[in-house]
Amino acid sequence: MGRYVARRLLQMIPVFIGTTLIIFLMVHVLPGDPIRAMWGDKAADPAQVASLRHEFGLDQPLWKQYIDYMADLFQGDFGKTFGGRPVSEEMGMAFPVTLRLAAVALTIEIIIGIGLGAWAGLKAGRAVDTGVLIFTLIVISMPVFVLGYLARFIFADELGWLPPNVQDSMDLQQLLLPGFVLAMLSMAYVARLTRTTFAENLRADYMRTALAKGLPRRRIVGVHLLRNSLIPVVTFLGTDVGALVGGAVVTEGIFNVQGVGNLLFKALGQREGTTIVGVVTIFVLVILLINLLVDLLYAVLDPRIRYA
Amino acid sequence: MPDVTKTKAGTDTGVDAGPLQAAADAVLAPGAVSQGKPRSLWGDAWYELRHRPLFWVSAVLLVLLLAIAAFPGLFTGANPRDGDLTNHFLTKPELTHFFQADWFGYDGQGRSIYARVIYGTRASIMVGVGVTVVVTLVGGLLGMVAGYFGGWIDSIVSRIVDIFFGLPFLLGSMVVLNAFTERKVYVVIAALAFLGWTTIARVMRSSVITAKQADYVTAARALGAGTGRILFRHVLPNALAPTIVVATIALGAYISAEATLSFLGLGLADPTISWGIDISDAKDAIRDNPHVMLFPAGMLSLTVFAFITLGDAVRDALDPKLR
Repeated sequence: MGRYVARRLLQMIPVFIGTTLIIFLMVHVLPGDPIRAMWGDKAADPAQVASLRHEFGLDQPLWKQYIDYMADLFQGDFGKTFGGRPVSEEMGMAFPVTLRLAAVALTIEIIIGIGLGAWAGLKAGRAVDTGVLIFTLIVISMPVFVLGYLARFIFADELGWLPPNVQDSMDLQQLLLPGFVLAMLSMAYVARLTRTTFAENLRADYMRTALAKGLPRRRIVGVHLLRNSLIPVVTFLGTDVGALVGGAVVTEGIFNVQGVGNLLFKALGQREGTTIVGVVTIFVLVILLINLLVDLLYAVLDPRIRYA
Repeated sequence: MPDVTKTKAGTDTGVDAGPLQAAADAVLAPGAVSQGKPRSLWGDAWYELRHRPLFWVSAVLLVLLLAIAAFPGLFTGANPRDGDLTNHFLTKPELTHFFQADWFGYDGQGRSIYARVIYGTRASIMVGVGVTVVVTLVGGLLGMVAGYFGGWIDSIVSRIVDIFFGLPFLLGSMVVLNAFTERKVYVVIAALAFLGWTTIARVMRSSVITAKQADYVTAARALGAGTGRILFRHVLPNALAPTIVVATIALGAYISAEATLSFLGLGLADPTISWGIDISDAKDAIRDNPHVMLFPAGMLSLTVFAFITLGDAVRDALDPKLR
């Protein structure tokens, strides 16, 4: 187990370096000069531009910039924004908010998604099944910003149940609506996946055995069937973190949540490379670690899987 | 080598690729054998598809959408770029004026929403289809090469796939597109394809690995078939199904991604007409004039729905295990 984790962590290093390199190149190689853009339409003083470029290390060759950046990164230094604030400080404010939003979304996703999927799977081929299928199709068809405005229009503007904009980004109750919107797409996928595995596993041998042993139905479904059906769902949830991150940018924008998505969007607008690379780097790291966690969870869900 | 092929194929043992292919197909579609009439995997899939109501719903929608994208002028006489602020500012829809300029009302710049919805179809469909084609060609080819040849080629391709796969799709395309000031349709296609090809490569690689171990591939090689022939005549047709499934479902997701990026101001830009831009323009008016957002958002969702449902039906038809 320990060796497996160590090997996986080692395998992460080249992927991490490659991914950050791509992000770094995308931010710095593609056309456009962020320092020059600070002046907008006004004429810039070349000496000032040069000094700023030097201050942010943008006059160095690109490979040196990357190596310097990575060296600083391993010491926990994410660099400074154009405003002079450390990027780590900005991210330290924003990450807890997004983490909460993601937690709300993930909870909704798991509870409603698995619940709906299990319901449909147990009644495969009946009206409930078709109903859930159509519902998930409709949800998947709606891009997250459409869903966001629809939810805001119905629940905030028309019904007045919730404030349209989040005032306090750390308040879980206020994050309920944005979290729900963020969760919808993945929830639909979780529901469909659960439905498929449930319907498939219903015919498995161990189900017949459990039934023959005379176990109560609640135990058969709740323990035997659920646990065996969860592996693909857990896999999906692991790979879905990336989508959740993309959705968070949109959702946070619509509901004015002061999270990482908002931070990134502002940085994109100002072409502030350090913040963009920093945020994406953290996300890549989170995604890699969650994928490892998911692989380890397999062994918990299915004792037949062992990692030597 | 060619001599061997010739003599073998010439004998009446019939051990050439043709019957083997048919046999392999029959094994893949066991239902077909019992009916006495051997159907290929694709024939079987088509048989399945025809019996699904959702397939027909999506097919009809898709034909309509493709017609709108190809000939928007046939569906509306109004000009989507003509704004008339004095007469039409935020006019409510006239739901009985079918196919007229004021059918869906007017937006904040006095432009016909119906005309804009119709003319916006082309950009969305072009991005969706364009990204899918590029991604399938690039990812499919790389996956096929990696899966078939294995060894160091596989190692290199797989590591590159791992790296790109680690980048969140929507987030990554935001960063890429942010660097371009002139965002035409082909720029958006390139950015989405740049980050989207890995899924297809993975799917293709694993199905090629399965397909290349099949007996008919060994048989074809024994008969002297070259690498190119084995790859394109034997391995590819038998490894294509999962890729097609993933590509069809992804098409809807790409359309959705384009709209999201355009909505954020990072995708298509004026003068291209895109539903994403129109929805973004409508967000301040939504409270009193929900119709300005409702129609482009509805049309967008309908389009994504059509493609996702088609992908769903194709998956069910091609992969009976998932039913």
